Amino acid sequence: MSDAAAGPVADLAVIGAGPAGMAAAVAAAGAGLRVVLIDAGPRLGGQYFRHPPPGFHARRPGALHHGFARFTHLAAELDRHGAEIRLRHRVWAVERGVPAAHSPDRTGTDVPSAAPRTRPGTSAGGALTGPEGPLRTAGGETGPRDMPGTGPAEPALDGCVLVHCLAGDREERREQVAARSLVIATGAHDRVLPFPGWDLPGVFTAGGAQALLKGDLVVAGRTVVVAGSGPFLLPVATGLAAAGARVAAVLEAGRRLAAVPALAAHPARLAEAAGYARRLAWHRIPYLGRHTVIAAHGRDGLTHVTVADLDRDWTPRRRRTIACDALAVGYGFVPQIELATQLGCATRGDGDGGPVVVVDAGMRTSVPGVYAAGEPTGVGGAELAEAEGWIAGRAVAADLGRRVRPAPALAARRDRLAAFAAALSRAYPVRDGWRSWLTGDTLICRCEEVPYARLTEAAALGATDARALKLLARPGMGWCQGRVCGYAVARLAGAEAEPPRRPIAQPIRLGDLAAGAGALGHPLGDDRPSDPAPAPAAGGGADATADPAADRTEDRTADPAAESTTDFAAAPRDGLTADRRRPRRRRTQQERTPDDDDP
Amino acid sequence: MADVVVIGAGMVGAACAYFAARAGLDVTVVDRGPVAAGTTGAGEGNILVSDKEPGPELELALLSGRLWRELAELGGFEYEAKGGLVVAETGEVLGELTRLAAAQAARGVASVAVPPGELPAREPNLAAGLAGGVLYPQDAQVQPMLAAAVLLRHAPGARLRTGVTVTGFLRHGDRVTGVRTDKGDIPAGAVVNAAGTWSGQVAALAGLDLPVLPRRGFILVTEPLTGAGGEPPIRHKVYTAAYVAGVASDSADLSTSAVIEGTQAGTVLIGASRERVGFDRTLSIPVLEILARQAVALFPFLAARRVIRAYCGFRPYCPDHLPVIGPDPRAPGLYHACGHEGAGIGLAPATGHLLAGFLTGAAPEVDPAPFRPERFAA
Repeated sequence: MSDAAAGPVADLAVIGAGPAGMAAAVAAAGAGLRVVLIDAGPRLGGQYFRHPPPGFHARRPGALHHGFARFTHLAAELDRHGAEIRLRHRVWAVERGVPAAHSPDRTGTDVPSAAPRTRPGTSAGGALTGPEGPLRTAGGETGPRDMPGTGPAEPALDGCVLVHCLAGDREERREQVAARSLVIATGAHDRVLPFPGWDLPGVFTAGGAQALLKGDLVVAGRTVVVAGSGPFLLPVATGLAAAGARVAAVLEAGRRLAAVPALAAHPARLAEAAGYARRLAWHRIPYLGRHTVIAAHGRDGLTHVTVADLDRDWTPRRRRTIACDALAVGYGFVPQIELATQLGCATRGDGDGGPVVVVDAGMRTSVPGVYAAGEPTGVGGAELAEAEGWIAGRAVAADLGRRVRPAPALAARRDRLAAFAAALSRAYPVRDGWRSWLTGDTLICRCEEVPYARLTEAAALGATDARALKLLARPGMGWCQGRVCGYAVARLAGAEAEPPRRPIAQPIRLGDLAAGAGALGHPLGDDRPSDPAPAPAAGGGADATADPAADRTEDRTADPAAESTTDFAAAPRDGLTADRRRPRRRRTQQERTPDDDDP
Repeated sequence: MADVVVIGAGMVGAACAYFAARAGLDVTVVDRGPVAAGTTGAGEGNILVSDKEPGPELELALLSGRLWRELAELGGFEYEAKGGLVVAETGEVLGELTRLAAAQAARGVASVAVPPGELPAREPNLAAGLAGGVLYPQDAQVQPMLAAAVLLRHAPGARLRTGVTVTGFLRHGDRVTGVRTDKGDIPAGAVVNAAGTWSGQVAALAGLDLPVLPRRGFILVTEPLTGAGGEPPIRHKVYTAAYVAGVASDSADLSTSAVIEGTQAGTVLIGASRERVGFDRTLSIPVLEILARQAVALFPFLAARRVIRAYCGFRPYCPDHLPVIGPDPRAPGLYHACGHEGAGIGLAPATGHLLAGFLTGAAPEVDPAPFRPERFAA
C-alpha cells in the first residue's frame, strides 16, 4: 500500500466504475493514492463495459463490445494497485465537511452539529449565519491538503468529501466513504422524448435495450424497431440483430451517420461508421434518415408503431405503420450531474439542451478537491471518458503532492476527442417539431402520470419555466425525480434544462435516514468482499431494471457503443418497493435520542 | 396607468391582486420568475389556526380560514379541510396544549381533546405511548402553487407579467409612483411589496429598512403511500407540540419538530426545520436525519418507506413573528404585504383582504395596527 496518512479517510473516492471512473481510479492508485471506487452496479464496467455475471457462463463475455480488452486491462490494474472496490453502492448524497457522528464530543443532541454547515460566501446573509459550532465549516474555500493526525479533538474530515451510500440490494444499509478528493464519473442516462404510447410494455430506451442485452443476454423482442437520433442507435441495432432479433428498421430523425461532415476529419470514426453500415447491410436492416417513430400502439403490449418521415423541423409528413413487439428509442443522453450540483460545482449549458459540469484542463470542478470525468463534463463517449478519467486521476495525485509526469499526448487526445464529440452533438440536435407528435393525453411524466394537456394548462396559468411547470403540474416530482421527463419538460418550457436539484439522489428508507450516519465506519477497513457473489439466477436479470432508482450512477456513453438502463417498460410506478425489501437495523447505534424537545 | 402594481406572484401577491381587482382596481402583477416560484413553491400549503397563540396573528388566521373556504369554491386547486392533530409526548406537554386550546377557544378556535385511547381511531398509524392530543377541525391544507395561479387568473382584469425584475421605484419626492423594471417603467397609483423572503431587498430599493430575513426549512417527500383499503395512511396534519415553540422561537440556530401530513398525490410531507443561515441551499444531512427520526418516532410504519425527494425553502422571517401589512409612511404609495414566515399560505387571503381595504378605504375586519410597517423603527 501507499504511504498515505493512516486513518479512515481515503485519498480519493471515485463514483462510477465505467471507463472514466476505472481509469481515474487506476491512475490515482498507480500514483500511490488510497482509492475507493464506488458503483451502483453489481460488476465493474458501468454501462459501456456492461457484461453478464459469471453465473451466465457466457462463452465470450466481451463479444458484445469492442474494446473489451480495455476493460480487462483496467480491471487488472485496479487489482494490481490495490484500489478498494465497492459495488452495489448507490450514492444518495455527497457533502463536504465533517459528519456530526464523527464529532468525538457528541452529546445527546444533533442540533448544534448542523448549525455551522454554511459556506461563507454562498450565503447572502453572511452576518446571519449561525455561530461556529464544534465542527468545522465545510471548507469550500480551501483545497485538499495534507491531513494532520486524527487526534480526538481534531476532526479529521475537515475539507474532505463524504460520500453517502446505500449498500447492498435487498439488505440495503447506509455506508459512508470519506475521502480527501472526489472524482464524479456518474455517466449519463437516456434522453427521452415522449410520444403517444411510449409507456406501453415493449417500448425501451435505446440504452435500456442495450443494457438488457449486454448485462443479461436478453433480447428486447423478436421484431424490433430502433428509432431516435444519434449514432448510438447503430450499435443498439447491430447488437440486437447479432443476438438474433429481427430489426425491422433503424429510424434516424436527423441525418444518417455517413452524412455527418465531422466524420470526414476522423478516419477511425469513419471506419467505425462504415463497419456499422456493413453490418446493417449484412442483416438487411434499412437505415433511414429523417424518419422516426411518432406513436406506439398496442393493447397490453406493443404491436406496431407509427413511423413518419420528417421535415427539417421534425414535423411529421407521410405516415405508415410497422408491426413490431419491441421498440428501442433514444435521442441521445443527459449527463448525470446531480452529485456535482449537490456540492455546488459550477455548470454550463453545453448547447445541446443540458447543463454539464465545468472543469479545467485537469478535470477539476469549481469546488476544490472535486473532479469530474466522462459524460458529466459533456456527452462524448467511452474513449473520451477514459481519457478524462486518466487525466482526473493524475490531477488528483498531483494535487495531493505525488510526482506525476506530464502527459501532453493524453491532453491532446482528450481535446481531439472532445472536439469530435462536440461536433457530433451539434450534428444531432433535437428539433422542436417533436412537440407536434404529442396529444393532450400523451403522458409526459410517467411517475406522476402527467399528461401533456396538464402542462399546457399550467403554462397558461403562468408557469413559464420548467420548475414552475413542475410546481403546478407535478412532472418530475415522482420516483425518478425528472431524470426521464426533465429534458422534455424543459424543452416544452422553451428553455435549456436547469442544473438538477436532487438533494436526495436516490430513494432512501426513512428508517435508514433516521438511523444517521452512525459512527463513521472505516472506509478502508471494511471487510466486505470487493467482488460479491454473482446475482442469484432468479430475479438477477430483473434487478437491473426493476428498481428505477438502482443502477444509475454508472458510466454511459453516447458515441457508437453506449448504453443506459432506463427502459420504459420498467415504469417507476412498479417501484413501490418498500414492502419488497425488509428493513434491517443498522449495526450498533450509539444513541437514538428523540429530538422533539430540542429548542 | 395601473392603479396597483403588485411585486411578487406568490401566494400573498396573488391574494393581494385578487382582492384588489375584486374591489375594482386595475392591477398589474410582476415577478422576476414564474408564478409561485419562491417560498410558495417550497412549502406544504398550511392553513393553520392550531399553532397560533391568541393575538393578532390568530385573528388574521381566523379571517383567512373563512376566506380560504370561500376561495376553494373557485376550484382548480386542491383544498382539503383535513384538520390538524397536535400530539403530546408527555402529560406535562399535554397540559400546556390543553391550556392553549382553551385560550384559543375563547377567540373562536374549535378544538377537540383526544385522550390517548382515542388517538388510534383518529390516526391509526400513530405511535403508541403518546399522552394524547388536540384535534383542530379548522386546520386545512391547500396546493399553494396552483392556488396562487388560480387566484391570479380569477382576479378580474389583472395582468400577470412574469420574468420582469423590479430594479427600483418611480418617485415623486418621497412618494412612490410606480416601479422601474428591466422591461421598462410601470407607473402606478400604488405599489404593493409582496416579494416574500426577498421583500427586504425590494424595500431597500426604495431606501427603506424592512427586517425580513430568510429562515430555512427542509421538507422530505416520501414515495406515494396508500393505507389499508385505499385510506390515506395519515389523515390529518399531525405535529408535535414542539412545533408551536419552534414557530415562536427567535433563535438563529436550528430548531426542528415533527410535522407530517399526506397529500392528494399520495406522498407524505415531513417537516419542519427552522434555521437562519441566509439563502444557503447546501444540503444539511443532519437536518434530514433529524426530520426522519422525528417522523419515524411519530409514525413507526414510515421507517420502511422511502424518501424520494427533499427540498428546502426560505421563510420570510420577521423578528416579532408578525407579518408586515399596510402602507409605509416613509414612502407614501408603497404598501407591504410580506414577512409571514411559515404561515404565508394560510394568512394570504386575510392579508390580501386587508391590503385591498387599505387601497380602497374599506374598513378592516381585523385590527391592522400590529402589522404596520413602521413598527420596527427604533
